[in-house]
Amino acid sequence: MNKRTNQIIAFLFFKMLGFLVVGILIWILAFILYNGISVISWDFLSTAPSEGMTSGGIFPAIVGTLYLVIGSIAFAFPLGVMSAIYSSEYAGKGWIVKFIRIMTNNLASIPSIVFGLFGMALFVNTLEFGDSLIAGSLTLGLLVLPLVIRTTEEALKAIPTSMRTASLALGATKLQTISRIVLPMAFPNILTGLILSIGRVSGETAPILFTVAAYFLPKLPESVFDQVMALPYHLYVVATSGTDIEASRPIAYGTAVVLIAIILVMNILVNILRSYFTKKLKSN
Amino acid sequence: MIETKDINFYYGDFHALKNISMKMEANSVTAFIGPSGCGKSTFLRLFNRMNDLIDNTKMTGTCLIEGKDIYDKSYNINNLRRMVGMVFQKPNPFPKSIFENVAYGLRVNHMGDKKFIAQRVEESLKSAALWDEVKDKLKKSALALSGGQQQRLCIARAIAISPSIIMMDEPASALDPISTSKIEELIHSLKKEYTIGIVTHNMQQAKRLSDKTGFFMMGELVEFSDTKKMFLNPEKIQTQNYITGRFG
Amino acid sequence: MKRFQKITERLIEAIFTVSGALTSIVILLIVVFLFKEGFGLFNSPSIESGYTLCVHANNNVEKLSVNEIKKIFDSEIENWKEVGGSDAMIQTFRFDEIFNLYTDTEFGNDYELLPQKLGEVIKNEPNIIAYLPQKYAPTGMKDVKILSTEKIKVTDFFGGSEWIPTATPAPLLGVLPLVLGTLLVSLFAILFALPLGLGVAIYLSELASERSRKIMKPTIELLAGIPSVVYGFFGLVVLVPLIQKTFHLPVGETALAGSIILAIMALPTIITVAEDAMRNTPSAMREASISLGASQWQTIYKVIIPYAMSGISAAVVLGIGRAVGETMAVLMVTGNAAVMPSSLFESVRTIPATIAAELGEAPAGGTHYQALFLLGCILFFITLLISITAELIAKNNINKGT
Repeated sequence: MNKRTNQIIAFLFFKMLGFLVVGILIWILAFILYNGISVISWDFLSTAPSEGMTSGGIFPAIVGTLYLVIGSIAFAFPLGVMSAIYSSEYAGKGWIVKFIRIMTNNLASIPSIVFGLFGMALFVNTLEFGDSLIAGSLTLGLLVLPLVIRTTEEALKAIPTSMRTASLALGATKLQTISRIVLPMAFPNILTGLILSIGRVSGETAPILFTVAAYFLPKLPESVFDQVMALPYHLYVVATSGTDIEASRPIAYGTAVVLIAIILVMNILVNILRSYFTKKLKSN
Repeated sequence: MIETKDINFYYGDFHALKNISMKMEANSVTAFIGPSGCGKSTFLRLFNRMNDLIDNTKMTGTCLIEGKDIYDKSYNINNLRRMVGMVFQKPNPFPKSIFENVAYGLRVNHMGDKKFIAQRVEESLKSAALWDEVKDKLKKSALALSGGQQQRLCIARAIAISPSIIMMDEPASALDPISTSKIEELIHSLKKEYTIGIVTHNMQQAKRLSDKTGFFMMGELVEFSDTKKMFLNPEKIQTQNYITGRFG
Repeated sequence: MKRFQKITERLIEAIFTVSGALTSIVILLIVVFLFKEGFGLFNSPSIESGYTLCVHANNNVEKLSVNEIKKIFDSEIENWKEVGGSDAMIQTFRFDEIFNLYTDTEFGNDYELLPQKLGEVIKNEPNIIAYLPQKYAPTGMKDVKILSTEKIKVTDFFGGSEWIPTATPAPLLGVLPLVLGTLLVSLFAILFALPLGLGVAIYLSELASERSRKIMKPTIELLAGIPSVVYGFFGLVVLVPLIQKTFHLPVGETALAGSIILAIMALPTIITVAEDAMRNTPSAMREASISLGASQWQTIYKVIIPYAMSGISAAVVLGIGRAVGETMAVLMVTGNAAVMPSSLFESVRTIPATIAAELGEAPAGGTHYQALFLLGCILFFITLLISITAELIAKNNINKGT
């Protein structure tokens, strides 16, 4: 077999693999969408579940996920951005910044169930928040913190040093330089990190299993110490337990469709943002 | 006006500047020439303490501006940088409007109100010979300007905060010949109000613009004298060799 | 005004500095909480808390190991001589049985006579071993001896091959089935994902046209963003029945299902990191190879892959990390059998799935609870190891002069 035939075969093979992976994704999405799209209706999205999860909608779960997203981002985003600013603009190049980077990477690789354990031990038990919105939000916030830090750091790194130099040479302080020049320039990429975090938080189950999630709540949460329902947890219980799994299947499909829709929207937003700002940069 | 005494500067172990002593008079243009990498830019950055931003550096000796030691602990760095403006080799306008670029220094130093700022912006752009070209598009992005225009914008930006000294690090080396001559005209007119130090690779430029010239080689200030004398009758053989193009 | 500004700036910068320490503080807290709770297990008694084992005072057996207790109450050990006592048949007695021997009124209004009655039962049966709540145990009665129970042993935990945390009187907390289950599922996941991921990475990095890349890269990003529970759901409704039918198994919830789903989930990580590494091969190297007459394919496997090897290794390591830590997807498709795995076609349980499935049932502070935290410590430790390995590989990459 000569070189050329070898190459043709190999390349064909790899092309197949590429299509295989794309195919897998399409299979998963298509299957869930196909089975679940008929369940989606305004009613489904705006009413509460009834009859043992075999009919009704998923409205409380949507609300719960929304609250969790708001709570966790409110916690993780400011702190994450500030931490990234510290590492990128203040910490210099010595062992401190290396140590922080290692710690952030370690935090990023911790499995979500360990966050769930920790969240339960610290927020639910020791701080006695109980199973609550605040416990769940804080736990999810910790989970997504490394993501915010990483994307913000990358965004800050991408700003050329000449901008900072020019600003300082005009007599501006470091803080003025950061707030007037660096942050505005880095904003689009920081925003990307925010959107990715929203997607992440919406879909996580393990951290909320023991910190906030409830199977069924008769009314919507009224304080941060209440439990909530949440979309990923809802999918899990409806699909694996409950009184009549078969009858609840449509609800499960519907929930899955909503979850996928959230991820899709977030992904599209990120891509739009990226191409919009690359275009803006190029036109200058 | 500006005086250095026995300045030694180190990047880590590398001895970048060796025993530099010289004086710059007020309202004069001093040119610094020499082969690449011999410390000219480092020397320039001493005067607004931009070298402070680099890790692992050390400086000994004194650097005085108007008799005051600018490296003294009590000396306010931000004030220093307001007083000593800098123009860089590659134009680096902010991704903001033309107006906001020039106004930036005024804003961060809390200099004046809206009216004052608008007035200063116009004055600086006029001094930088850019006003006529941009007066109708002050709100447009500075990045849409040509290279030469951007550099003049950076000069306007530096002038706006009324420094007494302007340090220019090869300000025209990244520009085309027409822009270069415009910049040179500009420097010539700025001499009346400012004390200017300029690093350049272009010896013709040094000859044209400066009153005094310093020749740097390997971190040493080999010769420092009146420009006319340096180019017609240099004292040191290295200066002679560099000027006549034997190396560098 | 300037003074005020300076103070505000100093304050803000102080806040930045504290924020910088945030991730380190969090890791510290996680370690403290997890390890404190988890290692408390080895300080706990080996029989269910709140309960005690009583024997007749004349019985010369002083204490029993966890295994022995289990075997006794499972009727695997039937004679006292097998555990160091005299030659007599063991008579097991569980607390509920007292209600068959006496009527309710004989216990008194508040069950205050219950311990006395229990004591009588024990006194009358010299070969008895009674499993009683501490509250009603006849302590202090002449003919009753309370067996001292050992604390849970480290070797029992890390080396035990049975995980039955709800067993009474002594819960069996051996993690081997879980560890092996995790290893089995993750290993095969990587076995499936590595060649596929590497192949796609090669395709993306070297062969794909710009248009194909534009389609594939967002696709892979999308794959990476799908929540674990959705993968689990897909696995449950599609993969599990498929496996059941194809391999003619009684149930489709198997380690195989877990491996396949994990492989799909680990793919994006492997693909992106490996592709990055390959793209970073200097074009000078590629050009040198081609100009020597090598075909593109030869260049790939002779030059690019060896050069990018550390990046590819990092990709594999990170993929393993992803697979080992996955909870929901695995929980939903591998079945519920916390037993020693013997083949891919059986149900297994992984460590994260165990924690997720059982933490809700474990009373806070009890031995089951502590054991689950210890499992969390093990998981934390494994992923820490993986993270450090990936860092070291990355450092090696840089030293190589990339």
